[in-house]
Amino acid sequence: MSGFDLSAILTNPEYVSMLVHGIEMTFIIYFGSWLMAMTLAILLLALRVSPLRIGEPIVAAYVSYHRNVPTLVQLMLWYFGIFTLMPQGLTDWLASHNAEAIFAVIGLGLCQAAYFSEDLRSGLRSVSPGQMEAAKALGHGYASAMRFVIMPQGVRNALPPLINHSVSLFKNSSLAIVIGAPELTHAVKEIENISFRTFEVYMIGTVTYLFFSLIIMGIGAYIAMRADPARRARA
Amino acid sequence: MIQDFITIIQDYWLLLLIGQYPNGPLGGLANTLILSALAIALAFPVSILMALARLSKWWFLRWPMTALVYVTRGVPLLMLILWCYFVIPLWTGADVPSFLIMLVTLVIYQGAFLSEVVRAGIVSLGQGQMDAARALGHGYMGAMRFVILPQALYNMIPSMISTFVSTIKDTTLGYVINVPDLTFAASQVNNQLLTQPFQVFLILAVVYYILCWSLTYVANSVERRIARRRAGPRNARLPAEAAPLKTITEQL
Repeated sequence: MSGFDLSAILTNPEYVSMLVHGIEMTFIIYFGSWLMAMTLAILLLALRVSPLRIGEPIVAAYVSYHRNVPTLVQLMLWYFGIFTLMPQGLTDWLASHNAEAIFAVIGLGLCQAAYFSEDLRSGLRSVSPGQMEAAKALGHGYASAMRFVIMPQGVRNALPPLINHSVSLFKNSSLAIVIGAPELTHAVKEIENISFRTFEVYMIGTVTYLFFSLIIMGIGAYIAMRADPARRARA
Repeated sequence: MIQDFITIIQDYWLLLLIGQYPNGPLGGLANTLILSALAIALAFPVSILMALARLSKWWFLRWPMTALVYVTRGVPLLMLILWCYFVIPLWTGADVPSFLIMLVTLVIYQGAFLSEVVRAGIVSLGQGQMDAARALGHGYMGAMRFVILPQALYNMIPSMISTFVSTIKDTTLGYVINVPDLTFAASQVNNQLLTQPFQVFLILAVVYYILCWSLTYVANSVERRIARRRAGPRNARLPAEAAPLKTITEQL
């Protein structure tokens, strides 16, 4: 094998298109599962703070399962296990619509929802109960006190862990390779198998992941800065 | 359905527990536990050194470590495993077993994460401890060894346990390079049975759940205990709310 030569990969249109498709699929999985996780996390949180007695243990069990079982095993259970138990019509439809990516989104989304809902809950819990009482004394109802007083503070408190977990969700999208979703790591492995330029293509993959992770961290830091009350007061 | 689970466990419990041990390499749950215990035992001293390097006043120690920590935080563990799988045999020129490769990867990865915990522990003690130790005549190393680290590490015990949990979860990724661990054993069982993937993988999930849940439980009770002890005798009975679990839960 000849020496280190990035251009051997980057000037080959076939490899570049594989990489681009991989990145595209990584982002589809990432955004899909992020949206699913956030939606579900808010529902779980609502269920948990609701007066329904049954809500608390259900959410606690959900969170406990998804935090204590490795994400990889969850993905395998979905793709190799639950997929085969589904009715024939659904299986066929999924198989013709990129089932790997769909199950990656479902598996990662459900798993991440547990983390997100815990982040939001600890953020809300750190708002002192006096805030609610003060808002009620000022004439707010429950919903409007939540909307204007509690939530803004709670979400702001929850931002740092939410950002961290958004980054780890992006990194975890690489686990989809195990169930065969054609994302970035998959593309990297494929190119390695064809070109034998392991070092170069791993380097490209690593730098790509690092680049986007840092961008997500940067966006998170920007949002956290925008939400900072000290800065808002000045603006 | 229930019958299926019982049959699978009856037929394959030994394979899931120790792999093909007497006739082949050790695997299964035993190997998962050994791998994660070794990884955490080695990552611990590495993380202390990394934390000290990151807090060092010399840039040639500080910068590379900071870069390493950021790279490990920004790159998926899977990518790191692939790197080690490729690079380690290349450097050593030998046929390295995948178990060792996974061990090295986990030590680097968890070392970087733990070093952040150690660093936070040291920083949160405050400058005063260091100043006082220096005033008493300790050198930098002596102050670290006898004053700073014992306090910082004691406060870190819960995070250590939760890092152990995430290490157990991380070992599943060894599946990609065929480390003979519990996940590998389960997929072997699945390949032999072929017809009951759901049952096999549910058993796998349940085993991991029991393992990680009990360790998390231990971490939480240790954390409460430490919070009580730190609060001193006057506030010995702290409400549970006062000790939120702040340990980093890097998930996998």
